[in-house]
Amino acid sequence: MTVSPATISDANITWELPSRGRVGMFCLISAESAIFTIFVVAYLFYLGKSLTGPMPKEVLRVPIFFTVCLLSSSLTIHFAVQSLKRAKVAAFGLWWFLTLALGAIFLAGTAREWHHLIYDEGLTIQTNLFGTTYYSLVGLHAFHVTVGLAAITTVLLFALLGHVKQEHTERVDVLALYWHFVDAVWVVVFTVVYVIGR
Amino acid sequence: MRRAAQVIGFACLPVAVLAAPADRSLSPTNIFAPVSTPAQSIFGLSLFVLSVTAAIFVVVFTLLLYCVVKFRRRTDDDGREPPQVFGSNQVELAWTVIPVLITVVLFMATARVIASVQKAPRPENAIRVIAIGHQFWWEYRYPDLNVVTANELHVPVSDPAHPTPTFLTLLSADTDHSFWVPRLAGKTDLIPNHPNSMWMDPQETGLYLGQCAQYCGTQHAKMLLRVYADSPQEFNRWIEEQSQPALTAAAVSEGQRIFERTACINCHAVTGTVADGRFGPDLTHLMSRETIASGAAPNTPENLKLWIQNPDAIKPSSKMPAMGLSDHELDAVTAYLATLR
Amino acid sequence: MSTDSISIVNADFASRPLAAKLHEWVTTVDHKRLGILYIVYSVVFLMIAGIEALIMRIQLIRPHNNYVSPEVFNQMFTMHGTTMIFFVIMPMLFGFANYLVPLMIGARDMAFPRLNAFSFWMTAFGGIFLYFSFLGANGLYGAGNAPDVGWFAYAPLTSQTFSLGHSTDFWTLSLLVSGFGSIGTAINIIATIFCMRCPGMTLAKMPLLAWLNMVMAVLVILAVSPLSAAQIMLLVDRYLGGHFFDTQAGGSAVIWMHFFWIFGHPEVYVLVIPAFAFASEIIPVFSRKAIFGYPVMVAATVCIAFISMSVWAHHMFTVGMNANANTFFVLTTMAIAVPTGIKIFNWLATMWGGKIHFKTPMLFATAFLFQFLIAGLTGIMLGTAPFNWHLGNSYFVVAHFHYVIVGGILFTTFGAFYYWFPKMSGKMYSEALGKLHFWLFLIGFHLTFDFMHIPGLLGMPRRIYTYEPGRGWDTLNLIVTIGVFFQAAGILVFVGNLLWSYFHGETAGSDPWDAWTLEWSISSPPPVYNFATIPEVRSRRPLWDRKHPEDPDWRYE
Repeated sequence: MTVSPATISDANITWELPSRGRVGMFCLISAESAIFTIFVVAYLFYLGKSLTGPMPKEVLRVPIFFTVCLLSSSLTIHFAVQSLKRAKVAAFGLWWFLTLALGAIFLAGTAREWHHLIYDEGLTIQTNLFGTTYYSLVGLHAFHVTVGLAAITTVLLFALLGHVKQEHTERVDVLALYWHFVDAVWVVVFTVVYVIGR
Repeated sequence: MRRAAQVIGFACLPVAVLAAPADRSLSPTNIFAPVSTPAQSIFGLSLFVLSVTAAIFVVVFTLLLYCVVKFRRRTDDDGREPPQVFGSNQVELAWTVIPVLITVVLFMATARVIASVQKAPRPENAIRVIAIGHQFWWEYRYPDLNVVTANELHVPVSDPAHPTPTFLTLLSADTDHSFWVPRLAGKTDLIPNHPNSMWMDPQETGLYLGQCAQYCGTQHAKMLLRVYADSPQEFNRWIEEQSQPALTAAAVSEGQRIFERTACINCHAVTGTVADGRFGPDLTHLMSRETIASGAAPNTPENLKLWIQNPDAIKPSSKMPAMGLSDHELDAVTAYLATLR
Repeated sequence: MSTDSISIVNADFASRPLAAKLHEWVTTVDHKRLGILYIVYSVVFLMIAGIEALIMRIQLIRPHNNYVSPEVFNQMFTMHGTTMIFFVIMPMLFGFANYLVPLMIGARDMAFPRLNAFSFWMTAFGGIFLYFSFLGANGLYGAGNAPDVGWFAYAPLTSQTFSLGHSTDFWTLSLLVSGFGSIGTAINIIATIFCMRCPGMTLAKMPLLAWLNMVMAVLVILAVSPLSAAQIMLLVDRYLGGHFFDTQAGGSAVIWMHFFWIFGHPEVYVLVIPAFAFASEIIPVFSRKAIFGYPVMVAATVCIAFISMSVWAHHMFTVGMNANANTFFVLTTMAIAVPTGIKIFNWLATMWGGKIHFKTPMLFATAFLFQFLIAGLTGIMLGTAPFNWHLGNSYFVVAHFHYVIVGGILFTTFGAFYYWFPKMSGKMYSEALGKLHFWLFLIGFHLTFDFMHIPGLLGMPRRIYTYEPGRGWDTLNLIVTIGVFFQAAGILVFVGNLLWSYFHGETAGSDPWDAWTLEWSISSPPPVYNFATIPEVRSRRPLWDRKHPEDPDWRYE
């Protein structure tokens, strides 16, 4: 929350500092970006270096629908925060629930894709370099989605119980920042895995 | 006072070491006693770098000493604060520009030496060796000369007027290792799935020592290096002997039988016999080597017997297992190995 | 502004039962208490890792010695390095940052007190978990299962093939856990500095200690994360059958090195920048002058942090990168020497024209200047790649980095201990014992680490449990080992001094050094709420302004 402005006796200026939540979340996002960068670098480095198949081109199917779902959830969470800012708690709850649903659909999509890859294509994390780097990178992202969804579900429960009000906008916005980050990471992962790497 | 003395002593030591480049008795692995072109290039660069850093040290240390002596609080101090100086643009600019210039000069000198060592072309008459690092021994193959040996590398001495360098391709069978014979060249690592190359052209005959310089496991410390720079005749003779298969002698047929029927041949090779294991050193010309266990012990019948019976006595946790032979079998096998010249 | 404080009836704390007091410490979220927990934790591990060093040095006192087996020796150097970096120096510096940053910026606590506590306990658990490895299953050699892969755990030595059992996993998991703790502390430091400065304290008016700890925190965020990523990859390899570093499946051992050193090099700046911070507070106060060139000190530190992300492969000059890559990393390594050298000049210029009081903190700070100069110069030698082809992975490197970490960082941190001990405990330490510590440790340090350079120059590689006679290394190793005993004596005097002074020292008062930053404006030890009224500042040295109203700093800044 913003530190309430104070005046300096001789200088007559207001003293305003950024909010702790936002700064803290930006730092967390930076740290997580560094972790993802290393996994992306490993993925790119090992492209084409697997000694045995299957190769990305042979088995990867571009998940357009699920990507649209996830990226739309950024939109819905944005609307949710805007609604809460204007004290429209019901609208907030609706958009928030939509965000959760879209995120859950994305995860289900990932699960379906993995099921297909493992049982139909024989690609596991042990199969070859592609398998190791693919499951690690996509899996790390899916883990972050899961954590985000857990947080979103918690807030949804609080909202259903009537505890989320306009004064909590800042906190909800910080969580939304995390969610936007998760979506941004997916843009990168999608480009690297399904566009460049195929 | 004591600190000043320590400092002067410390500064003199590398100078003393440098001043005795020909005094190999200081150490057979002295990086300041190069006998091969890569090591000599590095030596030249190192003298330059040491001079520059020594000069910087003298200047800055003098300033520090001056501050400590001149500006210490006197016992008769009046307790007032000294004039507060917050900065000076000219001074700060000067002490930024000068270090930048120094680092540019150092960088350019360094870039030249990197190129001269790493981009040196391999001449037609170079000896090619493939060195493969193992836990905890060295395998050497001369692909053009049909020689496979272990632990003791022979190269021809090189005449600066008509150089005959040796170019090594460095591979590894297991973990990371590093080939470091200081008087011949800087170290280069042997990394699995990552072939490297280095070269050397020793200009004086002799034995050059070194050891593995990248932690590779329990016995990293005893993975020693021995490089023999031979005269052209000696080198040719050595190649000739090493490329022969082993001679079979009836007198040691019992030992040879034991060798070939126990697990020895799972790891060791003896050309011309059924033994063709690759996990351990090639033993075809074992007796041509002065040491065993990659330099860990002199190659004597007693040590050979001990090595087979109880390797942990010489090199604990090396990959050589205690063979569990009876005394009689041990003698027979040792007698057989003694014929592998 | 006055030093009045709201008196809290604290008397009942002393009379409470031990269990209640312990419970308070274990559940505390107060940055001062967490700071002290970090510091005490690190001193305990300093002594443990010191014993590991002593064991190694006794083994190396003569060639072919039999004091410990090769397996135990290899565990010793792995544990010594890992402990010193992650469970001694980092917690020590985080402890000081935790204690001092809120005080120096006029805040009442860190931005996220509960995250602060969480981070400490993660780090603490990591260390204990690592040492549990000694008690773990017997391992193949009956020597316990402590990790023995070196503190940088190069692949493929760490694969299941070459590291059987769980020793490597203790290394990986303990560092993963404490790494998350470090990132938590870094987030906290940055949020605190950006969001909780007192009125009037713009970023340009913050004490250098706050600036430098902020830069350090940014580096932790950018550098520890790659290590965490690489460790996750290692776990995938070891337990899920992955091939990140599996050379048999086409994987690369070199990419582990890249990932590790992308962490490892900024990490050494994480360690040294807070040491610079201590020097930047101690040297001005004991020279009785403001720091020379504050803006450039900040700029140089930011430059160092920035460039430090680009020099990592100077730890890999022998790995077989091509000439162009080697040359690039020589360039960036040379570049980083410039802002680092500049800082030494700024400290000297601060002393110049001053009136230097050589109390114990200043003794350590002065020795730091001398030793950091030498360390920087040997660093330049190591940065010239061809010279590195000899010196790399030899005892020259070991001497160099100990010169930085012990001669540079530990010396300034000792100075910081003595400087802020009166504030933290309310008592003065014994100056005589402080000076005894200094001289003992100085002699020991130089005996060990000056002479340690020479075996490196004479061809002695590192991480060897024994060595051959006749290489000229014998006497030098003997001298190196002797120095360790002097250092051990110095540490014992240090710990004894702090303990004894805590109970029997003279009362220190709020400002025993006549210093100028905000922490000296409140009582020693500070009240739990730090400041009764949040201060307002107009310059970098608010207390100088108060003590010299006729010549305040804000006229010149």
